Amino acid sequence: MSTPLEAHSAEQVGDSAVSVSLLRQIRRLWQGDSGLGPILIGLLVLIIYFEVRTSVFLSAGNITNLFIQATIYILLGMAEIWLLLMGDIDLSIGYSAGIGGAVAVILTSTQHNWSWFTALPLGVLACVLISVAWGTIVIRLRLPSFIVTLAGQIGLLGVLLYLINSQGNTGGSLPVQEKVLYDLVNGNLSPLTTWVVIVVSVVLLGWLILRSDQRRRSAGLEAKPMWLSFAKVIALAVAGVLLAVIFNTNRSSFTYLNGMPFAIPIDLGVLAVGTFILTKTRAGRYIYAIGGNVEAARRAGINVNRYRLLAFVFSGFTTGIAGLLYVSRLNGISTGIEGGTYVLYAVAAGVIGGTSLFGGRGKMMHAVVGGLVIATIYNGMALINVSASGLYMVTALVLLAAVVMDAITRRSNASSTN
Amino acid sequence: MPEAEHTTGGSGVGVVDQENLLILRGIAKSFGPVQALKRVDLDVPAAQVTALIGDNGAGKSVLVKTISGIYPPSAGQIFWKGREVHPHAPRDSSELGIATVYQDLALCDNLDIVQNMYLGREETRFAQLDEIKMELATKELLKDLAVSTVKSVRQLVGSLSGGQRQAIAVARAVMRDSEMVIMDEPTAALGVSQTAQVLELVRTLASRGIAVILISHNLNDVFKVADRIAVMHLGTLVSQGPIGNYDVASAVEMITTGASSRVPSSTHRDD
Repeated sequence: MSTPLEAHSAEQVGDSAVSVSLLRQIRRLWQGDSGLGPILIGLLVLIIYFEVRTSVFLSAGNITNLFIQATIYILLGMAEIWLLLMGDIDLSIGYSAGIGGAVAVILTSTQHNWSWFTALPLGVLACVLISVAWGTIVIRLRLPSFIVTLAGQIGLLGVLLYLINSQGNTGGSLPVQEKVLYDLVNGNLSPLTTWVVIVVSVVLLGWLILRSDQRRRSAGLEAKPMWLSFAKVIALAVAGVLLAVIFNTNRSSFTYLNGMPFAIPIDLGVLAVGTFILTKTRAGRYIYAIGGNVEAARRAGINVNRYRLLAFVFSGFTTGIAGLLYVSRLNGISTGIEGGTYVLYAVAAGVIGGTSLFGGRGKMMHAVVGGLVIATIYNGMALINVSASGLYMVTALVLLAAVVMDAITRRSNASSTN
Repeated sequence: MPEAEHTTGGSGVGVVDQENLLILRGIAKSFGPVQALKRVDLDVPAAQVTALIGDNGAGKSVLVKTISGIYPPSAGQIFWKGREVHPHAPRDSSELGIATVYQDLALCDNLDIVQNMYLGREETRFAQLDEIKMELATKELLKDLAVSTVKSVRQLVGSLSGGQRQAIAVARAVMRDSEMVIMDEPTAALGVSQTAQVLELVRTLASRGIAVILISHNLNDVFKVADRIAVMHLGTLVSQGPIGNYDVASAVEMITTGASSRVPSSTHRDD
């Protein structure tokens, strides 16, 4: 008589074991290495809130616009993450980006008439040189990057004003007069190319995820459960299709306007390269190590100064690309650029996404999520007619919440014995 | 050259000694007017645990740092495998095969075990980190060293206990083909069971043929794991020999007074 009962209870035990491991998986996803769980939920809440308040929010035109708005935060955020990972910061990247953009605008103007394929790289180079200068001072003189780049912020604003005013009587702004530079943000891929870009990205990423699992399994190492990887790939594919459909919907009431803005594949490219360097190369590993324990890195034989400078170079490069997209979006560069505010949003984007201000923890992806959160707040609040005062206060609250979470995570990481 | 003759000739050991991996002769170190080490002669055989004991300020740490190249000695000779060497930087000693595990362990809390083990000498494949190769080798080594308490080698080091961190630091030293591991107070900050694990690991190292120099204040630990004892007092090495020549009482006496009524004092090998 006892047999069915036993079988039943055994089954129950098995069930609860499965649910425990499922719970653990979910918890790991939530706080785990990507750490993006809470902020993605937050983003979803924001989106639902704004959509309830105004149906325009989730229109194809507004979503595309939101991505373009987010681009500057995302790129500057990624530039900042290179340094945040080592516990450094660059407060001057807003104006540095402005200078990079200004160089490109000036060189391609009808007055100088350089071709875009020399002018644009020179703009980026200007930003790299600026970052190398800060990096050299910080490393050689052992100064805090905070102070050096604070001075840099003021100095670069001066340089930017000089550059703009040196072009004659411009009234404080220079327009973009070259098509490629203009199109960086304002141009769109054709609907077919949009699909191609998205399909290729999803397939490539999915293949990488599954292949890395496969390799671990065949080496006899524990890998993430198969369902989790497949779920990830499917989620990626769904997101990709949604984005393609949104981008390919007409978003103009006068003419026909569709396709993915060029800015988005540029973001994706910078994200991919940055992520690759950080996770797959020695340079990336050493940047994390320096941020975690610089003395340990030094004793392990790592040339700490070389890799710190390299991170400044990567940061400057990303800043340069941000600068080009900035002038493209505003269709020019003006003396009114709010470089200081952009830096704060760049740092905020990284920290909101989950990058630590204390160094050692962070990912390029964090800037993307954080940048989207900031752009969503800006975009949504403008749509529901919140005043500038309210906008600033809400943004401040979000940033404060992110910093508090960063500190809490850091403490619990230090104390937990997992 | 009466001085040189004295330093090598006094012990009669000479330059060639297959038994002892490391031989120090007449090592002295002064920091300005302060003489931290006075003519220290020390023999460290392979596959044995040599405990270096002494009170605070006796010169244990300075001695160890001359071996690891942090403080080049002011006088005296260092012989490694019978050949005279002059380590002037930590890198020199680690190239010889001498690894030092300091009290602060020098681990990156934000990296996982595998990443810490290979920090600075990552395996790569087409310029990309070869994570699988590194993870397999790490697992293998931890198994060899009987470090069984860590759940996953992909755990962040920041989440490990003190004993586990110590074990990872030691394992890293072993992985770099070290023939000698110097451990500075490895059990100072640990509880009872973790201390036992670390001592177990020390024995495992010796059984793999590695020479271990163990600095410790804890005589219980010393008498549990050491094969040999070297006692320092005010910058001199007052006694060294097999553990059987000592007991806790005589060791304490020598640590505090520099001499013992029961053990003959010596500045070189007495066996």
